[in-house]
Amino acid sequence: MNRLFSSRLLPLLATALVLLVLFGAAGAHYEHFFSARVVLNLFKDRAFLGVIAIGMTFVILSGGIDLSVGSVMACSTVLLASLIMERGWPVPLAMAATLVLGAAFGGAQGWIIHRYGIPAFLVTLAGMFLARGTAFILSSRSLEIRHAFYAKNSAWGLPLGEGLTFTLGPMVFVSVLAVAMVVAHGTRFGRNVYAIGGSESSAALMGLPVGGTRIAVYALCGGGAALGGILSTLALGSGDPTRGMGLELDAIAAAVIGGTVLTGGRGWMVGTFLGVLILGTIKTILDFEGSLDPAWLRLASGGLLLGFILMQKVIAIRSRET
Amino acid sequence: MNRFRTPLLWPLAALVALLVFNALASPGFFDVEWKDGRLYGTVVDICNQGARVPMLLALGMTLVIATGGVDLSVGSLMAVSGAVAAVQVNAGASLGQAVGLALLLCSGLGLVNGVLIAKVRLQPIIATLVMMVAGRGLAMLLTGSQMVPFKHEGLTFLANGAVGGLPVPIPLVLGVALLAGVALRGSAWGLFIEATGDNETASRLAGLPTGGVRLLVYAFSGLCAGMSGLLEASNIAAADPARMGDTRELDAIFAVVAGGTALTGGRFSLAGSLVGALLLQTLTLTLYNQNVPPAVAPVPKALVILVVCLLHSPKLREQWGRWRSPSPA
Repeated sequence: MNRLFSSRLLPLLATALVLLVLFGAAGAHYEHFFSARVVLNLFKDRAFLGVIAIGMTFVILSGGIDLSVGSVMACSTVLLASLIMERGWPVPLAMAATLVLGAAFGGAQGWIIHRYGIPAFLVTLAGMFLARGTAFILSSRSLEIRHAFYAKNSAWGLPLGEGLTFTLGPMVFVSVLAVAMVVAHGTRFGRNVYAIGGSESSAALMGLPVGGTRIAVYALCGGGAALGGILSTLALGSGDPTRGMGLELDAIAAAVIGGTVLTGGRGWMVGTFLGVLILGTIKTILDFEGSLDPAWLRLASGGLLLGFILMQKVIAIRSRET
Repeated sequence: MNRFRTPLLWPLAALVALLVFNALASPGFFDVEWKDGRLYGTVVDICNQGARVPMLLALGMTLVIATGGVDLSVGSLMAVSGAVAAVQVNAGASLGQAVGLALLLCSGLGLVNGVLIAKVRLQPIIATLVMMVAGRGLAMLLTGSQMVPFKHEGLTFLANGAVGGLPVPIPLVLGVALLAGVALRGSAWGLFIEATGDNETASRLAGLPTGGVRLLVYAFSGLCAGMSGLLEASNIAAADPARMGDTRELDAIFAVVAGGTALTGGRFSLAGSLVGALLLQTLTLTLYNQNVPPAVAPVPKALVILVVCLLHSPKLREQWGRWRSPSPA
């Protein structure tokens, strides 16, 4: 029992427990909460956040932070919408271009951070403004996407019976999660990310490619944000320069609640998945409540984030003592 | 050579360059008019708007960054302050009560940041990020997520009135800067702050109150954000909990970095930050004058801040040095 508590798995167990308690309490309190429809909607609603949070987890594992994801996502939705609707690009080509540009933007941030030793939060804070402003340059208002591809694919999915479908968004989310778990825990690149987050100088002394890995990590995060943007255009049928305000915090919160330590080097991809589900459950509860002020969503996610960070602190202190 | 490298040189040069550009591009830029017992003019506007938000926030942020930290919650604390004051005066409180309560609450929330960082030892980015979200939530909760207009002569005077011909925010911010400067440079506390930013462990072992230093700077940053929020609410005679102060933390960081305070901590220049804030405000107005839409304005700002940081980067200077003179000077 004691070993279980001092083990590194404790944060993950706590996260799973919080999710179960939250979901159980909500299920007991509200009728119809325990239903496939609610769970599916939760997945559909949070798919883009999930993809972005996975990219963020890579960055945090490497000891960095990326505050630009919300803006990059918004910029991607507008870019995609204008490429399809105003330039007449074929949809797959436009999506590929959006992904590449998102990854390139992230990679450029990683390069500046690594090459010039400027703090990550500052570079990505500037990136946040750059991407948000660029989104407004591309279009100052929401752009509707009217295209046969979207009409066909936004509702497409695996039928699960009872009129429910496992749509494209959640499908992409789950596949990205699976790939990310393999990459983070089973490849050389993944181990390099953990090593750099654990101690950059040790990693460099061991001859690991610190610079390349760091740039790749930020490129992954930028690409994840662009993919999140693509998913959000699929779900909402439009590109909007104001979308994703404050999303960076949700992504960070999902990673931290899932047990990823903010100083880097420790964490799990599956934890981020649980973190996204917890945030989604809180939002669903607020939706069910209806009359509740949206301000509570911010207070709740702020409080939850703080609680989990404090728990990580306590665990770190206890494991140092033993 | 190094004698000329005061931290004020670059921001002042940039400010002068911008002003010259404006003088050439928009005639009448420097016109100042005396009407109804106060000064009017573009330059006065820049100083006024600069004093209202970026200068005040930058004063607090300078000290925070000098200790090696950062405060991302200032924008949200502005919203809290404006919300408290607006709700208070609408409930019939006096100006003193409303202002006092708003400032007390914001300093208190700043102190909470300080406790989380100095005592619980969280990373400054994280602790203040949590406060950024929670603070915004608190402001929205106080006002029911609605814009709260108010009619209160005293409160609207704060940003719209004039003292000695100058809009109130200008003498106010100069007073705060002077007080802070005299208090810090006249006592050992300025050195304590710089020592904490330079090497926290060494300072603590040398017996400096590093915990107290950090509590103080974050509380001061909260207080500055509170004052700024009051002025911002006073200016439009309303509190807008969702948007007030949004993204202003970057403005404050911009001003501080442009003013020559190193992001790594260890030294600070309050005067530099004030000049940096003026530079930012002039840049904003220049963009506005050149018909750049407000939503697009962050792009050049972000580019400028990146360039400034690159110029401060030791690695880039090293490269330059190697390029200019092959032998080390």
